Amino acid sequence: MKRRSAAAAVCAAVLAVSASAEPPRSGRALLSPALQAMQEDDSQNPGLLWVADGEAAWSLAEPPSRACADCHPRGQWVGVAARYPAFDAPLQRPVNLQQRINLCRQRHQGRPPWPPEQRELLALEAFIARASRGLPVAPPQDPRLAPFRLRGAATYRQRFGQLDLSCAHCHDRHVGARLGGSPLPPATSGAYPVYRLEWQSLGGLQRRLRACLTGVRAEPWPYGAIELVELELYLAQRSAGLPMEAPGVRP
Amino acid sequence: MAVRARVTVPASAPAGSVVEVRTLIAHAMESGLRVDGDGRRVPQDLIRRFTCHLDQELLFSADLHAAIAANPFLSFSWVARRSGTLRFTWSGDRGFAHTETVVFTVS
Repeated sequence: MKRRSAAAAVCAAVLAVSASAEPPRSGRALLSPALQAMQEDDSQNPGLLWVADGEAAWSLAEPPSRACADCHPRGQWVGVAARYPAFDAPLQRPVNLQQRINLCRQRHQGRPPWPPEQRELLALEAFIARASRGLPVAPPQDPRLAPFRLRGAATYRQRFGQLDLSCAHCHDRHVGARLGGSPLPPATSGAYPVYRLEWQSLGGLQRRLRACLTGVRAEPWPYGAIELVELELYLAQRSAGLPMEAPGVRP
Repeated sequence: MAVRARVTVPASAPAGSVVEVRTLIAHAMESGLRVDGDGRRVPQDLIRRFTCHLDQELLFSADLHAAIAANPFLSFSWVARRSGTLRFTWSGDRGFAHTETVVFTVS
C-alpha cells in the first residue's frame, strides 16, 4: 500500500508538470467536419433522443415515489454534471453521475437502482449533462477526493493487459494517430455520455473505459468499481476548463 | 418507453422556397444477423417504410433495409407551394408504427 501511494505521488508530480505545459484539448477537434456538425446540430444528434426521454422521466412520478422534479426544480441542475464525479459522504467514496442518480433513486424514491447503462439511466444522465452544455468542466476541489484522484492518475499510467499498454501510451503519446480508422483522442471526459456510431447507442464513460481495457486485452473492472470512478476523477481533472459537450458524438 | 422521434421543419416558409426536413427516430434497426451473449440469433426488427404526406399528397417516401444503422436519420427537401399538415409515418416489423404531425404554413 505504501509503495502504491509513493508511486502515485511520483506520478502526480510528473502529471503536474505535463498538465501545465499543455492546455487541455477535446477529442472533438479530431472529428470529421460531418461528425462535428452532427454533434452540434440538435436535429441530427441522436443523443437528443435520450435527452428527450430523460426530460420526460424527470417529471414523471411513479407513486408512491416522488418525481425528480419534486425535489430538483427546473434550472437547478445547470452545471451539476460539470462537477461530477463528486464525493458521497454516506459512502465515503466518489460517485459518478450515473451512480448519483441511482443513489437518489434508492435513498429518496425508495426504488431499486437501474443496472448500469440501462436506457432510462442513460436518458436521465444525458438530460442532466445536456443542461451543462457549454459550461466549463469544473471538478470539485474537495480534499476528500484528492487521494482517489491520485490513484486515478496512477491507474492512467499503469500498464494493463496482454498488450501491456497504459492509457497514457495511446492517449498522451499518440493523440491524433489513427486506431482502427478513428483518431485517438486526448483523454478528456466532457462529452460523456456520448453517442458512438460504433455502438449505435448512447453510452457512459465507464462503458468507454471498459471497452479500452478490453482493447488492450485486460480484464475490465465491473461497472461502478472504485478504480473506474478514480479514473473518471482524473479524466475530469484533465478536462477542467473545457466546455461540456454532452451528449457528444464519436465515431 | 414510448417511441421517441424528432422532426425538424420550419413552421413557415415563403411560397416557392426549398424547405429542408430532418427526421430522427429511436429504433434498434436489428439486422437479424447478430447473435446475443448466449449465441442465439437476435430476431430481425426493422423499420420498413417511411412516408411524409402534406395533407393527402405524398411528398416523400423511403424503404429501409437491414444495412441501415440504428436510430435512422432521414433528410429531404421539397418546394413549398401550399400550407397544410405534414404527417410523418414510420412503420415496420412487430407492428411498429409511429406518426408525428407538424403544421406547416406558406407565408
